[in-house]
Amino acid sequence: STVGTSTDFDGNYTLDNVKVGDILVFSYMGFNTQEITVGSSATINVTLQENSQTLDEVVIIGYGTTTVKDATGSIASIKSQDLNKGAIVTPDQMLTGKVAGVTVISDGGAPGAGSTIRIRGGSSLTASNSPLFVIDGVPVDSDGIDGVSNPLSTINPNDIDSYTILKDASATAIYGSRASNGVIIITTKRGTSNGFKATYTANVSVSQNSRTVDALSTEQFRDYVNTYGTASDIALLGDASTDWQDEIFQLGVGTDHNLSLQGGNEKFTLRGSIGYTNQTGTILTSKFERATYSIGGTTKAFDDHLKIDLNANLALINNRFADTGAISSAISMDPTKPVYDSSSPYGGYWQWLQSNGNPIAVGAPKNPVATLQQQHNTAYATRSIGNVQFDYKMHFLPELRANLNLGYDISSSEGSDNTYNSANENSPELAKLGSERTYEQQKTNLLWDFYLNYATDLESINSSIDVMAGYSYQNFENKGSSVDDIQDPSITQYFDFNNVLNLQSFFGRVKYMYADKYLLTVTYRRDGSSRFVGDNKWGNFPSAAFAWKIYEEDFMANAESISNLKLRLSWGITGQQDIGPYYPAIAQYLGSTETAQYQFGNSFVSTYRAEPFNTTLKWEETTTYNLGIDFGFWDDFLTGSVDAYYRETVDLLNFIPFPGGSSLSNAGNANIGSMENKGLEVSLIVNPIRKDDLNLDIAFNASYNDTEITKLTTNYDPDYEGVETGGISGGVGNTIQRHTVGYAPSTFFVYEQVYDSNNKPIEGVYVDRNNDGEITIADKYRLENPTADYTFGLSASLVYKNWDFNMSWRANVGNYVYNNVDSNLGFELQLLNSAFPDVISNGVENVLESGFVNGGAERYLSDYYIEDASFIKLDNVSIGYRFIRPEDKKSQWALSLSGQNLLIITDYTGLDPEVNGGIDYNIYPRPITYMLGLNLTF
Amino acid sequence: CLDDLDQVPQDKDYVLADELFNDPDAYKQVLAKLYAGLAISGQQGPAGLPDITGIDEGFSQYLRQYWLAQEVTTDEAVIGWADGSLPDYHNQSWNSSNEFVAALYNRIMYQITSCNAFLRETTASKLSDRGVTGDLLTEVQLYRNEARFLRALSYTHAIDLFGNIALVTEADEVGFWTPEQRTRSELFAFVESELLEIESGLAAPQSNEYARADQAAAWTLLAKLYLNAEVYTGTNRYTDCVTYSSKVINAGYTLENTYANLFLADNHTTSGVIFPIAFDGLRTQSYGGTTFLIHAAVGGSMDPADFGINGGWGGNRTTSALVSKFETGIDITASNNAIGAASNWGIVGSATPNEWNGPDIVLYDTSDADVKQCFTTLVDGEIKFRPDNSWGSDFGDNGNNIAVTAGLYKITVNVATQAFTIESDPRAIFHTDGQNLEIEEIGTFTDGYAIAKFKNVDQNGIAGGDSTGNFTDTDFPLFRLADVYLMYAEATLRGGGGSEAEAINYINELRERADGFGTVTSIDLDFILDERARELYWEAHRRTDLVRYGKFSNGDYVWPWKGGVKEGTTTSAHLDLFPIPSTDLNANPNLEQNTGY
Repeated sequence: STVGTSTDFDGNYTLDNVKVGDILVFSYMGFNTQEITVGSSATINVTLQENSQTLDEVVIIGYGTTTVKDATGSIASIKSQDLNKGAIVTPDQMLTGKVAGVTVISDGGAPGAGSTIRIRGGSSLTASNSPLFVIDGVPVDSDGIDGVSNPLSTINPNDIDSYTILKDASATAIYGSRASNGVIIITTKRGTSNGFKATYTANVSVSQNSRTVDALSTEQFRDYVNTYGTASDIALLGDASTDWQDEIFQLGVGTDHNLSLQGGNEKFTLRGSIGYTNQTGTILTSKFERATYSIGGTTKAFDDHLKIDLNANLALINNRFADTGAISSAISMDPTKPVYDSSSPYGGYWQWLQSNGNPIAVGAPKNPVATLQQQHNTAYATRSIGNVQFDYKMHFLPELRANLNLGYDISSSEGSDNTYNSANENSPELAKLGSERTYEQQKTNLLWDFYLNYATDLESINSSIDVMAGYSYQNFENKGSSVDDIQDPSITQYFDFNNVLNLQSFFGRVKYMYADKYLLTVTYRRDGSSRFVGDNKWGNFPSAAFAWKIYEEDFMANAESISNLKLRLSWGITGQQDIGPYYPAIAQYLGSTETAQYQFGNSFVSTYRAEPFNTTLKWEETTTYNLGIDFGFWDDFLTGSVDAYYRETVDLLNFIPFPGGSSLSNAGNANIGSMENKGLEVSLIVNPIRKDDLNLDIAFNASYNDTEITKLTTNYDPDYEGVETGGISGGVGNTIQRHTVGYAPSTFFVYEQVYDSNNKPIEGVYVDRNNDGEITIADKYRLENPTADYTFGLSASLVYKNWDFNMSWRANVGNYVYNNVDSNLGFELQLLNSAFPDVISNGVENVLESGFVNGGAERYLSDYYIEDASFIKLDNVSIGYRFIRPEDKKSQWALSLSGQNLLIITDYTGLDPEVNGGIDYNIYPRPITYMLGLNLTF
Repeated sequence: CLDDLDQVPQDKDYVLADELFNDPDAYKQVLAKLYAGLAISGQQGPAGLPDITGIDEGFSQYLRQYWLAQEVTTDEAVIGWADGSLPDYHNQSWNSSNEFVAALYNRIMYQITSCNAFLRETTASKLSDRGVTGDLLTEVQLYRNEARFLRALSYTHAIDLFGNIALVTEADEVGFWTPEQRTRSELFAFVESELLEIESGLAAPQSNEYARADQAAAWTLLAKLYLNAEVYTGTNRYTDCVTYSSKVINAGYTLENTYANLFLADNHTTSGVIFPIAFDGLRTQSYGGTTFLIHAAVGGSMDPADFGINGGWGGNRTTSALVSKFETGIDITASNNAIGAASNWGIVGSATPNEWNGPDIVLYDTSDADVKQCFTTLVDGEIKFRPDNSWGSDFGDNGNNIAVTAGLYKITVNVATQAFTIESDPRAIFHTDGQNLEIEEIGTFTDGYAIAKFKNVDQNGIAGGDSTGNFTDTDFPLFRLADVYLMYAEATLRGGGGSEAEAINYINELRERADGFGTVTSIDLDFILDERARELYWEAHRRTDLVRYGKFSNGDYVWPWKGGVKEGTTTSAHLDLFPIPSTDLNANPNLEQNTGY
């Protein structure tokens, strides 16, 4: 038989008639159910683990909140404790691999580097594909500012409480104007109402590159020159043995400190934090330093009718950037030359010089150590994001709420890029003068929005309704200037810019629920953008969604194994206007710089150019259909969701060729083309062990996405080779990818290499695919694309007594990479070129494999260099131990050890198979990082 | 609040079209952009804020594109780089997807639409609305005619290179629309009528500011149109060619004394240039133009300092077909007779027809009794000098035989001091040290002679103004008197009604200027084509010339690597015109591709 009881307010309980060996089941809404076998003790205390997947959990959505169980759209919410752990400097890294349909690819391993984030693969072609970020109710500018490589790096990850990712149109359409690529809502941590708490965290980390590019060793290089070089090439060999990659890579060291104080009572809560991060990169000189301050408070007044929420955070960032061009120089610099040369007029670094002492300007790599040490490319940036939100429940009608949100996102930066004694200059005199550049930029993004919300239960018809309507105004001001060539006043150049983007919207939403089973959400948004003119300014973005809570149905009452089952259907239209230029639809003239004048007689005239414009530009529109099922089985032993979507973008804001003679340039922005996305996403969470001292959670996600361009130009010609994209290094203007109708964007476009019987590529021999007897560009074909077809993420979290253990794995399948390192640094002319007889250069080992001699444009575009870069990565492993002082349970301290980027399993032959855009060259290597962390709470 | 959605630029670099012309200086600044369109690639020299996109900005520059299409497709130039479809130029294997063909087309179209925009903003009614009167009005009228000249120039290039393209004028609006295609003949008629209309409204020859077009520029362009009219329209206009080249010749231009000076950093001071594209190492910077012409031609053993630059790009060379043009071209007998009487001194050796046995090649007396001279053709071998076809008083180079390579030479020897010079046509400015005459690999810079014609040093050897050695001061002589002389001569030979004797005089003027390198006594059409190569090589004339002579694609004339074959091969006749780029065919349904593509 079963007996039960409830605890009192303080959690005390008594249960009679309990025998040793009985099983007590403790459950509470929002927490994992736990079973304990009764032993000899008369007192059994239990601490329940919070269940982050509970259905009543509040989820932030645009202009309001909902609960997991009542959500109608495709929404993923992820709490701070489930995010990636370890030496995380920027918020985007916390999300990597965590959410189905969200890919985060870091732009490289530089400290504070940015990421390319895509939700469901991106719906635009040349307009932005980045999702909209909303931080504490302020939609922020995702473009960042000069001098900060990652706009999100201004947010301290330690201040983040949760992410909510809005994926389908029903969820995003309320942010209509910028929601086509999904929305990521970041909520920062708040004060708690139950007293004072302080947390101090600190960590120290070391980073090291796990691999280097396989450049020829000194011995291999000597052999190569002796075998293939002319007598004068051989005479150029030196006596040194320098591993140039060793010289430019270093151990990266980082520290991070955060102190947060929070406290409050029923009426007033406050949280403040300060953070400091200092990280040196694994490339010589690269450095990132950040201080962050945040404060957030909530107060209630007028019998809790008025709630005021205030947030502000400030980040100060110092960056020193390393020129990643030094990586290819380190590969191509002759290893028989020393790093230093005391007689060198270029800072004492060995460089290739002409007989007159001037540097060899073309065809000679520059000493990469000098490149890095002599360049001081630094930036100082500040960014503050904040808002104050007033939420007032009408005294006369508490169901009616008014919400006013005033927000800002202001950043400024200043930087300088100075190089002295560099062999980049033409002579020792110019080198001494150096080259000096400064720049500064200010961005001011101001927001105010207001909405009214009326929510009530209509018991008479077994329904509830929630109606919201509002208005939003957002103004982005972006101005700045730069000064080039300060070192020589006669050639100094000044540039400045000052642009404004204004967005305004009217929006509304109706949520209707019948019998707590059938949910309908309808939204409508009308958006205006200053980018467009006349009637094209405004776009309309409706959406509708229906959800059916099947598990609430009577017929499910006996299906005890099913704890949740919900079906979701949605449709909606979202918009896009983010195409870069601020004034693409009005006629303007642009002045010229001092270096772009024209001579009339004996004087030089500055010019004005009539700028291209297109008055017909309008909103790009994306229609999304989504079908989703949320489920939970066996008392949430297994929970998850499956979503299938189809998305079509029409009137693509496309930078495409204009008809010759029609416009003031050959290409421009126009609404031409369409694109389709379809995909499937699965998220599963298994919670197989839930015991008092042992809990295991395993989260798995898998996504499939397929993107296809369905229309590209005005005039459809099946023979059209498509819009060129994917510029590579090697030659000038070589591109390896095309946007073509019927294919994914950026599909590789290559010659088919012919191989000999030993599977060695035959130089200059390609398959004559059109059988016309010659190899021309008509023989190129389309092969794969850089985007993974399938992505997978797997996280496991194990808690045993005071120990916790986490790890995250990630896999991509079907992502292809063009190995530009091999193609540009792996042929004989790269090492020994008769056009530059006074120089010998190194290359990669691939030159020995391929035996290629000539540069040849076709060789660059051979499919020999396209590789399947599918991979499995172990992103993260961490282990932690909590020390709990028995006399004071409130205070605890914890230690953790973690490793990042620990393992890569791949067939890709380059350094790292994960390459944004699919062209691998000069990418800042992503290092392995080990971190020791301390966490103190009291 | 909603008014905030109407934003205009705050930036001082950007000016609203409606406001710009409130400033009277703006007219000249917009005109300057039309000229600059031939020289630089965007508003931020050398690169940045490009005029056209889809290709590396340096590559996109007008003259660079035009030069590649006119030279690299012919016997005069090869380029060794692995840049996209660039090798297709010399292989004559381009198709409508070739990005260089597209960039060339786009540049020409850009230039045309820029001119249209200026003409649209300077109509009589707009000028009167803005209260433009008096001197400014007169000036703007002149600017308009120059803009129309520049538009006619680009349309001529379009007619020559692409044939049938869209005709857009200031009557058309700007935006995303699809212009109608016109035939080559219709475009020819348009350009001709434009030039004839503006002829009287341009500045008199040599009266305008340097680098701005005048009447002579328009006449030269007309002469070019008429010379090629048969190719363009099927109807020959040689008489008109003679008429308009005569107008230029009679306009008071003189030939520059030293040929090489025409291609140096201070060539704006030379005479005989009718219309240049002006460059400046500090103020008119681009990676195209002469910066490209000079850097790309330097490599191998060439010392960049001799060219006033920081380093060569190791790309451009020539084929042996151009080199061999300098082995003929004069009337040797007449040239020698012009030196003086035959002397008893002569040249003997394995490089001469009678080898070491004689009779020797005769040297001629000059006004200096010790100095003897002759013009002669030699083969690879050695020579010595001796009197009376006999050994005894022979001499060479300090007692040794003198090694020579095959060629046509002017040999001068002082029999008293035993000093001698062996000179080629001074227009053959080749760099041969370390270079092979024949090309095994187009990608190998040392295969094929390099050309040292264009340099960024002045007549005193001083480098141009850009101390970084990146950008050049050298202007490009797009139209010059020598070309007009040769057009006159050719049109005359083709029945245009000029004087053949006068034509021979003009040729001999060119040769006299070339340090008196021989004379001619008779000319024919083949001679003119070869002489054009000798005088005008690498000046962006060659493709047009070969097409006019029927020798560009399918004729009997082949050169190394024509058609992608080392010995050269005949190619298909449709290549005489470039294809309309596929980018435009896909953007504009009104366009029809040229035959054969």
